[in-house]
Amino acid sequence: MEQFFDTFLNWEYIWQVFPDLLKTGLLNTLILAVTSALIGTVLGMVLAVMGLSTKVWLRWPARVYTDIFRGLPAILTILVIGQGLGTLARDVVGTNPYPLGILALSLIAAAYIGEIFRSGIQSVDKGQLEASRALGMSYSKAMLLVIIPQGVRRVLPALVNQFIALIKDSSLVYFLGLLSEQRELFRIGQDLAANTGNLSPLVAAGFVYLVITVPLTHLVNYIDKKLRTGRKVRADEPGEGDELDLVASGKVSS
Amino acid sequence: MTTAVRSSSVELRDIHVSFGTLEVLRGVDLRVESGRTTCVIGPSGSGKSTLLRCVNRLQEPDSGDLLLDGESVIRSDPDALRQRVGMVFQHFNLFGHRSVLDNIVLPLRSVKKLGKEEAAEIARARLAEVGLADKAPYRPSALSGGQQQRVAIARALAMDPEVMLFDEATSALDPELVKGVLNLMAGLAERGLTLIVVTHEMGFARSVADEVAFMDAGRIVEQGPPAKIFDEPQSPRLQRFLSQVL
Repeated sequence: MEQFFDTFLNWEYIWQVFPDLLKTGLLNTLILAVTSALIGTVLGMVLAVMGLSTKVWLRWPARVYTDIFRGLPAILTILVIGQGLGTLARDVVGTNPYPLGILALSLIAAAYIGEIFRSGIQSVDKGQLEASRALGMSYSKAMLLVIIPQGVRRVLPALVNQFIALIKDSSLVYFLGLLSEQRELFRIGQDLAANTGNLSPLVAAGFVYLVITVPLTHLVNYIDKKLRTGRKVRADEPGEGDELDLVASGKVSS
Repeated sequence: MTTAVRSSSVELRDIHVSFGTLEVLRGVDLRVESGRTTCVIGPSGSGKSTLLRCVNRLQEPDSGDLLLDGESVIRSDPDALRQRVGMVFQHFNLFGHRSVLDNIVLPLRSVKKLGKEEAAEIARARLAEVGLADKAPYRPSALSGGQQQRVAIARALAMDPEVMLFDEATSALDPELVKGVLNLMAGLAERGLTLIVVTHEMGFARSVADEVAFMDAGRIVEQGPPAKIFDEPQSPRLQRFLSQVL
């Protein structure tokens, strides 16, 4: 038992690693995850709209892109892009692996988020597009104002799940070899664990991950439940008045 | 209700539509004079809805011509055509993510390019016309089917169409809600708007329509004033159809 605590919960090491975890690690993990989530969301929306197009030359590239980036292990993509682009396009992107890590994470996220958006948009009733078109809206206007807003709403839980995955996957930029001040949570835990031969710093890093991801999972459940049970009635709406109104309007119209 | 409406005649000439090998419309001619109401009746699968959707080119005909106010609009910009031809659907198709008021405001702003205030003003007036002014802030899902359909009618009317198309507008409604919507449609006919109404409501067709067209198997089999269609049906197919539905 004592050995267990010493291996995983050595307070001395945990105490030692915590300031770095919070100051440097948490910040970098969040920068990596949030930035690539934002880029991935924009790219993913482009992919989704392309994938839903009636034009083959738009649909096909989106399909191929999605198949490749969803089909590869994240670590492979991150290494190939992070190191490959680092050597190939040094003049453009420089050798700093940090932005390349963000790029790789974004490209992977885009493939998944694109599929999430596509399924969401596809789940919107066909009548919504027809009604929009019948009112004189162009296809793009109908998508932008009517279809996409409704599709996105439905996939919010899946999007948050994807963000959780990104927070965890951001640890993979470890393999690109970051500078000291660029280290994210996992790297900081791993560094001290390697130096001390004790796993407690990694356990501490894991704890910080959980502090972010567990509330997010609960957020997913909350949104999911809310979407399922219907939207909250607005403050200025009488919540129970629907049935009464039915009767009243029946009188007006007959 | 306001009385001044600008309405147009509609003419379909030799319309053909096929889905794959299935011929849905096999050469349909239909003329609806300005300000008149034509009801299209017939068994399901006869092509009624497809014909209606050709009028605003939600369905592009394989061949044939479409005239609005005497001018061919079969090759013109479909979005411009649809601003002149309103449509009401069986399942209302209100925008679920917007309030009732915004459902009307949205197309006014994005298609007609009206300002916020002006669009809201028109939307409120149209809602009042269909007796639902108090429902403006609600989500469509908080309304009954009949109320939703009346909002859909208000939304279409707000665009100032010259022709209105109704695609089985009361088929999805509970029986007690049908009458309100039909009364509203009859009011539009009275105002002199050109209406083309695909319907199973024979009572409505008889009392409101100027003309009734009976479709079967992709063709208009018989057409005439309601009294003639319902009381003196000529073709055996119409006689059989009427004996089943009346």
